[in-house]
Amino acid sequence: MKGEIYRVAGPVVTIMGIKPKMYDVVHVGHEGLMGEVIRIEGDKATVQVYEDTSGIKPGEPVVNTGMSLSVELGPGLLESIYDGIQRPLKVLQEKMGDFINRGVTANGLDREKLWEFKPTVSSGDSVTGGQTIGVVQETMNVEHKIMVPPTVSGTVEEIKSGKFKVDETICVLADGTEISMMQKWPVRMPRPVEKKFIPKRPLITGQRILDGLFPVAKGGTAAIPGPFGSGKTVTQQQLAKWSDTDIVVYIGCGERGNEMADVLNEFPELQDPKTGRPLMERTVLIANTSNMPVAAREASVYTGITIAEYYRDMGYDVSLMADSSSRWAEAMREISSRLEEMPGEEGYPAYLSARLSEFYERAGAVKSLAAEEGSITVIGAVSPPGGDFSEPVTQNTLRIVKVFWALDAKLAQRRHFPSIDWLTSYSLYTQGLSDWFSENVAPDWVPLRDNAMDLLQQESELQEIVQLVGSDALPEDQQLVLEICRMLREYFLQQNAFHPVDTYCPFDKQYKLLKAISKYSDMAQAALESGIPMKDILSVESKDELAKVKYEEEFDSALNVVMEKMDKEFAALGGN
Amino acid sequence: MTKEYKTITEIAGPLIFLEKTEPVGYGELVHINLPDGTTKRGQVLDTSADVVAVQVFEGTGGLNEESGVVFSGETIKLPVSKDMLGRILSGAGEPLDGGPRIVPEDRVDVNGASMNPYSRMPPEDFIQTGISTIDGTNTLVRGQKLPIFSGSGLPHNEIALQIARQAKVPGSDEPFAVVFAAMGITNEEAQYFMEDFEKTGALERAVVFLNLADDPAVERIITPRMALTAAEYLAYEHDMHVLVILTDITNYCEALRQMGAAREEVPGRRGYPGYMYTDLASLYERAGVIKGLKGSVTQFSILTMPGDDITHPIPDLSGYITEGQIVVSRELHMKGIYPPINVLPSLSRLMNSGIGEGKTRDDHKAVSDQMYAGYAEGRDLRGLVAIVGKEALSERDQKILEFADLFEDRFVRQGRDEDRSIEDTLQVGWDILSELPVALLTRIDNKYIEKYHPAHKSN
Repeated sequence: MKGEIYRVAGPVVTIMGIKPKMYDVVHVGHEGLMGEVIRIEGDKATVQVYEDTSGIKPGEPVVNTGMSLSVELGPGLLESIYDGIQRPLKVLQEKMGDFINRGVTANGLDREKLWEFKPTVSSGDSVTGGQTIGVVQETMNVEHKIMVPPTVSGTVEEIKSGKFKVDETICVLADGTEISMMQKWPVRMPRPVEKKFIPKRPLITGQRILDGLFPVAKGGTAAIPGPFGSGKTVTQQQLAKWSDTDIVVYIGCGERGNEMADVLNEFPELQDPKTGRPLMERTVLIANTSNMPVAAREASVYTGITIAEYYRDMGYDVSLMADSSSRWAEAMREISSRLEEMPGEEGYPAYLSARLSEFYERAGAVKSLAAEEGSITVIGAVSPPGGDFSEPVTQNTLRIVKVFWALDAKLAQRRHFPSIDWLTSYSLYTQGLSDWFSENVAPDWVPLRDNAMDLLQQESELQEIVQLVGSDALPEDQQLVLEICRMLREYFLQQNAFHPVDTYCPFDKQYKLLKAISKYSDMAQAALESGIPMKDILSVESKDELAKVKYEEEFDSALNVVMEKMDKEFAALGGN
Repeated sequence: MTKEYKTITEIAGPLIFLEKTEPVGYGELVHINLPDGTTKRGQVLDTSADVVAVQVFEGTGGLNEESGVVFSGETIKLPVSKDMLGRILSGAGEPLDGGPRIVPEDRVDVNGASMNPYSRMPPEDFIQTGISTIDGTNTLVRGQKLPIFSGSGLPHNEIALQIARQAKVPGSDEPFAVVFAAMGITNEEAQYFMEDFEKTGALERAVVFLNLADDPAVERIITPRMALTAAEYLAYEHDMHVLVILTDITNYCEALRQMGAAREEVPGRRGYPGYMYTDLASLYERAGVIKGLKGSVTQFSILTMPGDDITHPIPDLSGYITEGQIVVSRELHMKGIYPPINVLPSLSRLMNSGIGEGKTRDDHKAVSDQMYAGYAEGRDLRGLVAIVGKEALSERDQKILEFADLFEDRFVRQGRDEDRSIEDTLQVGWDILSELPVALLTRIDNKYIEKYHPAHKSN
């Protein structure tokens, strides 16, 4: 049945003459622009259109697909770069050049490419939803498991082996159900799981302040709020590059085109530190820049998390970066205001909080329907206007997430990177993960870290006094605390994302660095107690040399040289 | 034949509402024939089978229900041609310089299409502006959008002009053009710009769009789109490197708010429309470089922060879209320093891809970081000195305090016509850094200290 357009006002189009269901995808106008039904009122329905509506007239035809907005899941997702509604940007470029025009459709998965399918079940086996029936080597290091769609089960009647296109039937069940390598899933509906666990393993990022002080667990949620210019984007990109997850989904939601271009250019050249293969081979990028249609921006976050869930169901650890969830919330606000809905706080719709929590709730460490253990870690960037954390998006996000990495523009101005404020950040996973740290890093890691945190806390109190009276007025042991904290900040917390060595810091190195600073602290403390003047303790050369050790390619030997020198220097000071 | 409708039912502020039309396209250009014979132009904002809302660019003065409305059947298009160079046009694209109409090589939709992120080339060509605080510490690259955040009474226009005059890519002589769009600036300011363009011969390679303070506010909404359309055409069809100067974005946003209020929209922060982010993005994002094409569009917008408040929605939203900002400081201006650029809140996000070996110099980043750190600490110490006096500071802190003064006096301060090369800028940097003990230069690799530090060089 065909309907027609009644009214056009920007991205919001009212249609009449058909009876769609909520969230059905419809094609509007002669050009068939894609849109989604978001309100039904009598014989009229309101559609948010994912493309520019200039020139569209009332009376033009509307076709209902009868399906809600879905993504195509199957081999070929990895290495892809999509827009907010899973159209591959490369195909769009081939079809319409350097600028995105409208009315062009493109399949999320390449229909022509052949994939080598190896079955893992035989005919006569009974299979249930989520179960793996075969594998495809999607990229060099990622084995893509072909799963029975979650809602299907039965007995395998026929299973094929060999090279197939994604939409060809590779398995037939006894009841006649045909299964191909590709399945579709509506983006607004979470994929089902058997059960969710409490996350127990850390996400290792190679970033000292994150791993060391404010760790996030695999399957956890974290938020990075940051006023502009505080290094948020770099931090997120570092996370995408270095996190020890199997799959990375990066959603550039309403962000800058040039920065996205940088990501698109840089990712294919990055090497996966674990395998030496291009990082792209385990990455899906979704790029919806700020000047692309606002409705597609709203959808991009759901597209991303559905793809993440699909890989999670195969038993992989997935990390998902949403940059930025504020832009997503703004898209909601914009559409809501076009719908003339009653606004909540600061013009955001009243359902803002519900949508945010629904989204973050799709993270988690799970046992899939086929009893595989996988996880999705969601790291959402928040861009609070004017750096005001009391605004609704930040506040609603903080109520949900467990880790908060507070980026601070002041630190960035001092070129302290990553500019994460150690005093206001927090992680609710530190307790839950301490067993893992004691077992896998070092038994004394947790006390070392707690001690460092404690010192940094003391420093902030001491700084207040210093602001008033100057540091010389402090007692010597407090001056020493200030010095140790300076070392902690400059030698440990500061990390140069653009330095080839320092950009990634393994846990072992983090431990040794912290241990070295702690050793100086202990020796200095002892020296101070035995009456050596503060001036001499501070002028120990090896202490300053420690600053540059983290940049050394041969870290262990460089550190040893410095530490031996430190031993000698303290011995020379005498007193012990 | 295009039909003329005389079915206006309501006129409210800049909007008119019509009934009983044939289907009209969203965003279509509209001509309105007034009873006195003049013509105004407008654009369709909302279209339905029953009623059509049109925003009138030149304002609704003189309109009545007798006025005839003609729908053009197409969206707003700008006639473009290489001959636009050297021309002065109105904010709506009509010639103002008494010259002939532009003979179009093409007619292009002013709203532009969004660039496929996949086609974008990450910007990385260093543009030398000759201003140390930009080249040295907030480097501009081709394809970047870097606004000046300023305040009323500050010399942002002079800085913009100095940049327009001096900007070049060292060692390159590719064709270069300036597109200048004035939105709601005063006649005097516009004259100032025009005089400078004429004096320096820059007008020959410039396209100027003027919407002055007394021109209709609604027109301001299309002025920057006209300018960017012209810029894109010159860049991508004629392989030119185009520098777009938009001034003043604040006036543009005021016009946007005015329109929103006339449309009775639910207002967002401080009364600005909720879609202001998306709207500003549709301007700022029209900067960049495309893979395989020679030209580029670089944006240098001027924005005056109401009440010098950087958290005001206009600078705030801009900062989220642009790739950094150059902040003009009242404090430095009061001290008599030109250009009064405060590097601390300033930022160029694309700096790292435009500097370093082969682009500027290998020590550039280290020098810049060290100066930033020193200056930031020095400024903090000033606050302390105000309380405890200079004598109470340690020797180290006194050095840093002196460094901050030196930084302002020698690095920031320069002449209005002083065109410093990047080597000059870095030399000034090293000169003032050498006043600090080497041990304090923790952000500079030893190899650079050996290579560039004046104390080492003289050995």
